[in-house]
Amino acid sequence: MILATAGNVVVWIVWVGAAFACLASAAAVITFSNPFFSALALIGNLASLAVLYLLLSAQFVAAAQVLVYAGAVVVMFLFVTAYVGPRMETPWARKPTWQSVAASLAAGSIFLEIIVAIGLKAGGELKHSEHVNGPYGTPGWIGRLFLTDHLLAFEITSIVLLVAAVGGVILGAHTKRSAGEEGPV
Amino acid sequence: MLQGPGIAWYLGVAAFLFGTGAMGVLVRRNPLIVLLSLELMLNGGNLALIAFARHAGNGAGQIFALAVMAVAASEVCVGLGLVVAIHRRRLALDVDELSELHG
Repeated sequence: MILATAGNVVVWIVWVGAAFACLASAAAVITFSNPFFSALALIGNLASLAVLYLLLSAQFVAAAQVLVYAGAVVVMFLFVTAYVGPRMETPWARKPTWQSVAASLAAGSIFLEIIVAIGLKAGGELKHSEHVNGPYGTPGWIGRLFLTDHLLAFEITSIVLLVAAVGGVILGAHTKRSAGEEGPV
Repeated sequence: MLQGPGIAWYLGVAAFLFGTGAMGVLVRRNPLIVLLSLELMLNGGNLALIAFARHAGNGAGQIFALAVMAVAASEVCVGLGLVVAIHRRRLALDVDELSELHG
């Protein structure tokens, strides 16, 4: 019993650390004026999210999160940021326009709406989560699910990725320049 | 038995992530940061999916989260391709100025 309580306290401490890192880095992503630093802040966000996934016993998703996002997506962002050059933007320094005020209001109301919806529901059925046993969330378990119950989703995901790769190549390829396009500097 | 905070706490974090991402998409004008904010929104959705999967004790939510990850990777691929194409045409990297579809 004492051991269980101690484990509970440890989980709480890890959760609070990960959640605050997650929120702070999310705020940093949208406040930095340099996109390079925003992309770096996103790495922190993804890492803390991976910790939260581990606490929810989703080991494979946490590993995939770090591999796919921090390993591929953010690196691609950093390359493109370096390619297009530093473009500073100071959205918070200038006087707030009606557009940014309305955007903040909309974003805040989305947040409040979700919180209220959770709060109304959380009193009852969100209190007691199901008990899960050993293999829950492990790679083997996910793989078995993918190849049995969710085979169609698995196959369609591969088609989506293929289409995106073709689209990326077409958008990024050096095609013959059209008449209106200027040459390189 | 889920140790530590209940599912509602995770959903609160997910809601904050989604709201922050939505704010970034609406306020920022650099398309790179708009794409990063979109990632934040997708991650908020992912966190909620995984929290609910843990709550229900089945795997469909985790499978869905992995599919969302694949979609996010595709979206970044196409979005960054667009950013590079815009840059090569010497247009301003500003979503407010890029309001017309013809180059």
